[in-house]
Amino acid sequence: MTLDAKIPAGDLAGKWDRYRFDCKLVNPANKKKFTIIVVGTGLAGASAAASLGELGYNVKSFCIQDSPRRAHSIAAQGGINAAKNYANDGDSIFRLFYDTIKGGDFRSREANVYRLAQISNNIIDHCVAQGIPFARDYGGGLAYRSFGGAQVSRTFYAKGQTGQQLLLGAYGALMRQVAKGSVTLYPRREMLDLVLVDGKARGIVVRNLVTGELESHAGHAVILATGGYGNTYFLSTNAMGSNVTATWRAYKKGAFFANPCFTQIHPTCIPVHGEHQSKLTLMSESLRNDGRVWVPKQPGDKRNPADIPESERDYYLERKYPSFGNLVPRDVASRNAKEECDRGKGVGQTGLAVYLDLADAIKSRGKAEIESKYGNLFEMYEKITGENPYEAPMKIYPAVHYTMGGLWVDYNLMTTIPGLFAAGEANFSDHGANRLGASALMQGLCDGYFVIPYTIGGYLASSSLGEASANGPEFSDAMAAISDNIKHLLAINGKQSAISFHRRLGKILWDHCGIARRDDDMKKGLCLIQNLRAEFGNDVRVPGDEADFNQALENAGRVADFLEFAELLVTDALSRRESCGCHLNVDFQTPEHEALRDDENFSHVAAWEYSGRDKEPVLHKEPLVFENVALTRRSYK
Amino acid sequence: MSRTINLTLKVWRQNKANPGGFETYEARSISKDMSFLEMLDVVNEELIVAGKEPIAFDHDCREGICGMCGSVVNGRAHGHMEKTTLCQLHMRHFSDGDTVSIEPWRARAFPVIKDLVVDRSTLDEIIRAGGYVSVNTGGAPDANAMPIPTEMAEKAFNAAACIGCGACVAACPNASAMLFVGAKISHLSILPQGRPEAAKRAWAMVTKMDKLGFGNCSNETECEAECPKGISILEIARMNREFFKAAFF
Ligand SMILES: Cc1cc2nc3c(=O)[nH]c(=O)nc-3n(C[C@H](O)[C@H](O)[C@H](O)COP(=O)(O)OP(=O)(O)OC[C@H]3O[C@@H](n4cnc5c(N)ncnc54)[C@H](O)[C@@H]3O)c2cc1C
Ligand code: FES
Repeated sequence: MTLDAKIPAGDLAGKWDRYRFDCKLVNPANKKKFTIIVVGTGLAGASAAASLGELGYNVKSFCIQDSPRRAHSIAAQGGINAAKNYANDGDSIFRLFYDTIKGGDFRSREANVYRLAQISNNIIDHCVAQGIPFARDYGGGLAYRSFGGAQVSRTFYAKGQTGQQLLLGAYGALMRQVAKGSVTLYPRREMLDLVLVDGKARGIVVRNLVTGELESHAGHAVILATGGYGNTYFLSTNAMGSNVTATWRAYKKGAFFANPCFTQIHPTCIPVHGEHQSKLTLMSESLRNDGRVWVPKQPGDKRNPADIPESERDYYLERKYPSFGNLVPRDVASRNAKEECDRGKGVGQTGLAVYLDLADAIKSRGKAEIESKYGNLFEMYEKITGENPYEAPMKIYPAVHYTMGGLWVDYNLMTTIPGLFAAGEANFSDHGANRLGASALMQGLCDGYFVIPYTIGGYLASSSLGEASANGPEFSDAMAAISDNIKHLLAINGKQSAISFHRRLGKILWDHCGIARRDDDMKKGLCLIQNLRAEFGNDVRVPGDEADFNQALENAGRVADFLEFAELLVTDALSRRESCGCHLNVDFQTPEHEALRDDENFSHVAAWEYSGRDKEPVLHKEPLVFENVALTRRSYK
Repeated sequence: MSRTINLTLKVWRQNKANPGGFETYEARSISKDMSFLEMLDVVNEELIVAGKEPIAFDHDCREGICGMCGSVVNGRAHGHMEKTTLCQLHMRHFSDGDTVSIEPWRARAFPVIKDLVVDRSTLDEIIRAGGYVSVNTGGAPDANAMPIPTEMAEKAFNAAACIGCGACVAACPNASAMLFVGAKISHLSILPQGRPEAAKRAWAMVTKMDKLGFGNCSNETECEAECPKGISILEIARMNREFFKAAFF
C-alpha cells in the first residue's frame, strides 16, 4: 500500500483555501443524520465535538474521567503560539511555519504545518471571544512572551495555567452543545476497541467504568483525540490516566502508527525522589527565559550551591550555545543535562539533577517581578520538594513529556482506516521529531475547531455510508473478544500488581531507548520487554470483578497495551538509522554531539502496519518533500 | 531525622454490596517525600498483591489542576494544608504514628460510587445550564479588537482558576455549591465577552443548582477556607448581584 497524504496541489499558502473550496459540503439539513463519535475531551476532542455540534452533527463524546473538563490538557502551563506579530518583532505565518518545521528537525509535512501556522491566529481570536482570561498588558492588549527557544514573542498565556483556561473554554463550548442536544456526553467510559464495517470505521466498544458493562456505539465516523503515549515510560509528566489503549487498538484494526520512537523528553522537570514516585512534574520552560542552567565544574562537588563560587560553576548551555544560551530547544537542553550528569556533575541526592537558577533575575529585577511571573510555579516546586526556590536554585532533570509520534493521518487528519480520524497529540502530524514549546495546544485546537469540522464533512459527503447498527455482528464480535480479554486478565491470578510491571517497563525504556540511544541497548531492551510481557501474562494479579468499578482492572488493561506498544516504539527507533530531533542514536552524531540527520535515506515518515500477533510489523514510508524550505542542520550555537 | 513514617489509616469503604464503614490499614515505611496519593498507592499495591480490592479513589493529573482528586482527610476537605489539593499534600506534613481518617465528599448531590469515589456530574449539569459564552467557532473579531484592562483580566482569571473539585460543597455544612457557581458566573460577567448573557446565565445556573439538591449559602465561609485554589467568597457576592439583576429587571 502506498501512503497518500492527499496534499492539495498548488502553492503552499493557497493550499488550505483551495482545499476548502474543493471540499464537498454536507447539506445543512442532512448533518443531523450523521452521528460522529469523538473519543477524548482534551483540547482536540472537546473542540472537535463542540464545533461539530455547532454545525448540526449528532455527536457522541467519550472520556475516561468523570467530567470532560479533567482531560490531561488541563495541566498545560506555559502557553499557546500564534503568528499574530503583535510584538512587531518580525513574526509571520511563514516564520511560525518555518520555526515549526525546523524545530521538528525536518521530519514533518510542509502542508500540514503551514495550515497550522495559518490557523493559529483564528484560534486566539476564538479563545478570546469565549472569555478566556489571557494575560494582558497595561494597554489592555494581549500579553505575549518568547517561549521554548523562539526568537520572537508569539506565546499567549494565562498565568501558568494556559491549558486549564483553554480547556475550560472548550469544555464550556461543549456543554453548550450538550444543552442544545447536539452532543451527548459519555464520561467514565474507556474505549477498548474500534469497530469496522465493510472496511470503514463505524463505531467503538467502550467499557462503562462505573458498572463495568461493555457498550457498543455506532456512527458514521470516529475521531480519536485520546492524547499521547508518554506514559509508556511509566514516569512522565502526563496525567495518570493517559494511555495508548485507544490508538493501539485502532492500530491493531489497521490504522498505521507513525514515528512511535519520537518521544519528547522535557528538560525542566522536578527530579525523581524515590521508588514509589507515581509521576513527574513539569516546571514550565518559561523559567528558562529568566533562569540560568548550571552544574559545578568539578564532578562530585557536593557543596551547597550557595557555597560554589561563580568561577567554579559551569553554565554549560550559555557556554556551548552562545546565541541561544538557556533557550535552546528541548531536545538539546535535555541531552546536555544528561551528559553533564553522566560526567558526574549532577547535583542533589541522586546526582540526577542540574540547577535552574533565578538568583540573577531576582537580583536584577526584584523578587516582586519574578514572583508575579512565576509565583505559582515556585509554589508548586516548594510543595513538592519542600525547598524554597527564592533561596536556593531549583533542581531539575529531563522527563518524558510529549509524544510526536501517533496514528498516521493524511492532510484530512484521516488515518489509513476510512472514517477514522485522529486529532491532537494522538496523531503524528505536525511536530516532526521534536515539538516546540506552546505548539501542542495550538495544534490540538487547530485540529478540533478548524480542521476536522471541514475534512469530516468532505468525507461524509463523498462516501456512501449505509446505516450501521450497534447490534450488528461486527460489534458483538468485538464485545465478545474484549470480554474474553478481561476475563483472562482476571483469571491469571498471579503475584504481582500491574503497576509494578509498568514501573519495570518504564525503567527498561528509559535506560534502553531514552535520551541517547545505542543499538546494543535497544536490542537488549527489546528482549527485556518481551520477557516482561511474558511474565505479565503469567504473573499479574488483578483483584475484583468485571462488572464493577474496578481501577485495578482498568490499569491492567492499559499496562498490557503499553507492554505491546513498547516493542513497536523500540523497533521504530532501531530502524531509524540517523539522529533527528529527540531521537539521538549515538552512532549518528557530529563531533560536537549534535544530531546528525540522514536526509537522503530517512527524510520520511515511518508508518507501521500491524500484521498479526507476534508477527513483525510492516514498515511503510511516506517520503517528505520540502519545496518551500531548505533543509539545514539545526544549529543553536 | 527519619525519612520515613508509619501511619494508621481509617478508610471509608463502600460498594454495591456494602453500604459503607471504616476499615483500618497500616501504611508502613512511607517516605516523607511522597504525596498523599502515592502513600495510598503503596497501601493499594499491598492489597492487590494480597488479592484484595484496592481502595478506590479518583485522581488524574496529580498536579493540583484537574480537580479529579479529593477526600475528606481528618475531617478537612483535601486535608489540613491550606490551598492544597489532596494530590499535592505531601507526607512531610504528617508525623510518625499518626492516625489518619479518609472519607469521600459527603453531599446529597454527590452520591458515592465506591469507597472514596463520588459522582459529581451535577457540577457539569450546572455548567451546562449556562457556564459559557455563546459564540460559535469562526467569525470572532481580532483578539485585540477589544482592550481589556489588566486588573479586569486578573480578576476574571482568579475566578476562572476554579478546578471544579467539589471541595467547597464537601466543606459546606449545607452542601452548597455557591462558590463553584459564583466563580464561573463571576469569571464570565467580569469580562466584556460574557456581559451580554450575564444576568440570564446567573439565573439559569443558580436555579439549576437549587434543583440539583445542593443546599443554600448561610455565609459559613468554610468553602473559601477549604478551596485548594483560594477562590474568594467575593465571587458569591458578585454572583448574587447578577442573580438579583436577573430577578428584578
Ligand atoms: C505538564 C504539561 C504541560 C504542558 N504544557 C504545554 C504548554 O504550555 N503548551 C503546549 O502547547 N503544550 C503543552 N503541553 C502538551 C499539551 O498539553 C498536550 O499535548 C495536549 O494538551 C494534548 O491534548 P489532546 O487533546 O490531544 O489530549 P489530552 O488532553 O491528553 O486528552 C485525551 C482525552 O482522551 C481521553 N481518552 C484517552 N484514552 C481514552 C480511551 N481509551 N477511551 C476514552 N477516552 C480516552 C481522555 O479521557 C481525555 O479526555 C503540556 C503537557 C504537559 C504534560
Ligand atoms: S489529581 Fe488532579 S487535582 Fe489532584
